[in-house]
Amino acid sequence: MKKNKKTIHRPFFQMGILAVAVAMIAYGTLRGEVMTVFHKATNICLECIGLG
Amino acid sequence: MKIANKLKRKLIQIAAFGFTNSHIGNFMEGKLYIGKWKQFCNPGLNCYSCPAASFACPIGAMQAVAGSMNYSFSFYVTGFLLAIGVLLGRFICGWICPFGLIQEFIHKIPSKKLRLPKPFTYVKYAVLLIFVIILPVAATNYMGIGKPAFCQFICPSGTLVGGIPMLSTHKELRDTIGLLFSVKMTILLGTVIGCVFIYRFFCKTLCPLGAIYGLLNKVSFYHLEVDKLKCVKCGKCVTTCKMDVDPVKNPNSAECIRCGACQAVCPTKAISIGFTSNKISIRKEIEQ
Repeated sequence: MKKNKKTIHRPFFQMGILAVAVAMIAYGTLRGEVMTVFHKATNICLECIGLG
Repeated sequence: MKIANKLKRKLIQIAAFGFTNSHIGNFMEGKLYIGKWKQFCNPGLNCYSCPAASFACPIGAMQAVAGSMNYSFSFYVTGFLLAIGVLLGRFICGWICPFGLIQEFIHKIPSKKLRLPKPFTYVKYAVLLIFVIILPVAATNYMGIGKPAFCQFICPSGTLVGGIPMLSTHKELRDTIGLLFSVKMTILLGTVIGCVFIYRFFCKTLCPLGAIYGLLNKVSFYHLEVDKLKCVKCGKCVTTCKMDVDPVKNPNSAECIRCGACQAVCPTKAISIGFTSNKISIRKEIEQ
């Protein structure tokens, strides 16, 4: 009985995580994080190459 | 014609490597691709300071946002990793990650092959917590800007695909080489040696991205199942697994990269990997 309950609820849990993830992406995009990522990714990252 | 799983995986890995590192011409001039795709993250570990990189590194991006003046947490990158992780789990490590492919090629160097003791696999969680989450936010300068500690002190991918090509083409950068570069080169050398003897040494021990996807492996849509009715407990899956996973005991282990090697050797086809669940059909079989 317990096993069936777990099986039935798993997709809801997965969908819940996915919905939270989508909401986080949308919120992060709205507050301008994408530009920070873009700026960092299009300039030489001195820390990454071992100089920073 | 059915392509063997091993060959199929290798072809997809190479295609993913090529797609995410398509600006090969930039190596000659030592410049970065600066197009619009760089605002999106690569699902695998791929330094954005690699001249060929088409996308941003998710671990670097996460630290860059968290360490910036304006934010202390990246909803954009965390949401991206959460979405990819819950959909595919460590399938990304096994099939898409460019640094995973590099490690597999290094492992082909003839040598005695070793297994990694289990406790070392927990180090990556400490790396994720300390170097990716805490230090970029906690260790800030007077302006409130933190540094990407994982990229700065550990990441061998950045040294290999970003550091070496960039320093080879920029004399002004070569002139500033110091102790930090020696430390990172030592870590890179250690990783390469580790990968010769141990399959995906970096993925198993240090990769924070693998740690994130590993945690999500337990709840991901794409998962592994073992039909206990068909399993004859021959142990072939355990001996075949290079990630040291026992699929029968722990089908959704945080270490499983969904390579499909266990599925390919199973004599009774008891192992299935995919998005759909066989639990309902198994239950029906039991009821009958």
